[in-house]
Amino acid sequence: MDLKPSPEYIEFRKEVKSFLKDNIDMTGKARNPARPSKKESEWQDKLIKNGYAARTIPKDYGGYGAEPDVLKSRIIAEEFTNAQIPLGMANQGISMFVPTLLELGTEDQKKSWIEKTIKGEVIWCQGYSEPGSGSDLASLQTKAVDDGDDFIINGQKIWTSSAQFSDMMFCLVRTEPDAPKHKGISYILIDMKTPGIDVRPLMTMTGHAEFNEVFFTDVRVPKSNIVGKRGEGWFVANATLTHERGMLGDPNQASTRLKEIIDLMQSETINGDKLIDNPVHLDRLMRLQARVMSMSFNSLRSLTASHKGLDAKMAKLIVKLNGCQLNHDLAGFAIDLLGELGTIYGKSNHDHDSGRWQWRYMFDLGLIIGGGTAQIQKNIISEIGLGMPREPKPMQEGKK
Amino acid sequence: MEFALSEEQELLVDSVSKMLASSCSIDELRSQASGEKTFSDKINNEFIEMGLNGLLVPEDLGGSGLGILEASLISEQIGKFAAPAIWIGNSVMTPVCLSNGDNKELAEKWLPKIAEGSSTSGIAINEFISKREDNGLSVNDGKISGISIFAIDAEKSPDIIITAVEDELYLIETANEKIEISNLPTIDTTRVMSEITFHSCTAHKINGGKELIKKIIDSGRVVLSADLLGASQNMLDKAIEYSLERKQFNRIIGSFQAVKHMCAEMASDLEPCRSLVWYASYAQNDIPEEAHLTACHAKAHLSEVAHDIARTATQVHGGMGFTDLLGLHYWFKRIGLTRQILGGPEIVRKEAAISQGFLNN
Repeated sequence: MDLKPSPEYIEFRKEVKSFLKDNIDMTGKARNPARPSKKESEWQDKLIKNGYAARTIPKDYGGYGAEPDVLKSRIIAEEFTNAQIPLGMANQGISMFVPTLLELGTEDQKKSWIEKTIKGEVIWCQGYSEPGSGSDLASLQTKAVDDGDDFIINGQKIWTSSAQFSDMMFCLVRTEPDAPKHKGISYILIDMKTPGIDVRPLMTMTGHAEFNEVFFTDVRVPKSNIVGKRGEGWFVANATLTHERGMLGDPNQASTRLKEIIDLMQSETINGDKLIDNPVHLDRLMRLQARVMSMSFNSLRSLTASHKGLDAKMAKLIVKLNGCQLNHDLAGFAIDLLGELGTIYGKSNHDHDSGRWQWRYMFDLGLIIGGGTAQIQKNIISEIGLGMPREPKPMQEGKK
Repeated sequence: MEFALSEEQELLVDSVSKMLASSCSIDELRSQASGEKTFSDKINNEFIEMGLNGLLVPEDLGGSGLGILEASLISEQIGKFAAPAIWIGNSVMTPVCLSNGDNKELAEKWLPKIAEGSSTSGIAINEFISKREDNGLSVNDGKISGISIFAIDAEKSPDIIITAVEDELYLIETANEKIEISNLPTIDTTRVMSEITFHSCTAHKINGGKELIKKIIDSGRVVLSADLLGASQNMLDKAIEYSLERKQFNRIIGSFQAVKHMCAEMASDLEPCRSLVWYASYAQNDIPEEAHLTACHAKAHLSEVAHDIARTATQVHGGMGFTDLLGLHYWFKRIGLTRQILGGPEIVRKEAAISQGFLNN
């Protein structure tokens, strides 16, 4: 244990700070969650040029080309967050598709897509889940039928966030209908402007459409758009699922929320008394603070392991399950602090938080379910982490 | 930045674990529970032989001069085996007390003896945190009288007892003083809590006041949280082990998701606790401004998680967990006692809130 940074990192932090000081005019600027404006694109280019975005993407593909260093990545994230200056773009194309392509794509595919993706010129969505294939993702039924140089795709995807403004989709389709379910899937890239694609917004319990359904009717996609080998899409997709689960349950988000809650407790009053002066609320705050701390120290431990090229094992396996539940519990606490006013969800003189905590309380329940449900996470933890056996398959009907 | 154990620390853990694995079996815990004292003597001699009693004693006073993190790592192993070792009071809180502040004479007199195991020290500090009934001590003309309950490491007629009266620390050399020590019959038979009655005992004041008292309590709390970590990890490990042996409906019960998910939840709650214990332990020596808050959180949070694990792991064992046959209850009870000593979760969380200025003392 040595939590003091070494001189190399002290120096690096100074560099980041001085870059941020030179770009103080970016303070408080929020990123457009959809398509970057011209100004945002320029900012993204500047970040890449200085090594604060696409840091480890090789120069040949438009990145900065640094050696991976999780500690430096963390310093960048911390300093940008403290300065409230927008970090590099984050979307499923950058965080999930690009790492997959780097690992398993052909040279042509890397050249065609990586630079455009990290610069925000091409926006991606992920086509994995289907109405009949959620936790059992490998049972997916979207068909891709061989037709000369192309596949003809028919089927339906669901939970496709940002599909409405995406240029491209990285998608799992069944190319080998007769193979066992894990071996009949291919990972394919689909141009969202291809005729036969219909994107419909999916209204959720929050009252907003954070996701879409995507329907495919005779959609023609060139065979060369497959990433990895035909029939090996399950393996290719698993390379990116790990990236996604690392993103969900991020302890920095919990720390930020805890700070917001403390501010709330110091400003809100009930019967003229500040919430922070109520010992019952404080006890609950202290319980949550201990959990937030534990998860951020857990992430330091994982960080050290990955910095050394080791597998953090259990420390990593529990992040999605534990972190998403913690975020949800924080949102629930904030609502209880606001009491009856915490139920306001719309325009009102009595609105104190723009419905933020209610939205989070609902959306975060979605995150507990999405990206591998809490129950699937428990299966993974018990099977991979604790060495317990898989649930045996039920005997097929007709057999005794 | 390195958030991991060093090779030396791993080796230390390994050697303590091996020693306890060979000498601290369930049968031994049973003999301890039945009141035979020979067993805890054996464990304590092993600790002395390995030089563990001097772990926190400065090198120039005959110890190893290591820190709270190492003490916690050992404590985790003690908790894992539910070992009846004299540890937190004698080998952690006492050296923290005497080697801090300006108590050179007392430190030079007693710490070498603590380190070599020729003397032991008890800690009677419960009333500083939680004054119950009409217990408590008073000082008159430098003489201490009164009753202190839940004293730690006092069962073997300690040569010295450290106590706190009205925000001051005192050391009592027991040799020629009138002191009565009796064991409290708590749920936990793996460790002894004592009641001490002092009859006008001569006491040496230890400089350091309230700040040093808090520091000693913080170190005790962190190291207790490591005991909880080890005890909980052991209960989880035993639950998994049992679930992979026990068959019902022609299947090992560990293949039922109902059982797997109980185990996964325990693991998911417990794993971040390890990082909290490491951080809080490290902070005691290296990040003084975070030492108190992280000690409070480690003690309270580990108490909560351990409490849930004690219950859930017992349930995974079904009826067997409830019997005496497997001895799982020794850990259940050890966790139950640890949760309450040096402040239960609510008391400790209140201190955590006060230390951040959210509440007035």
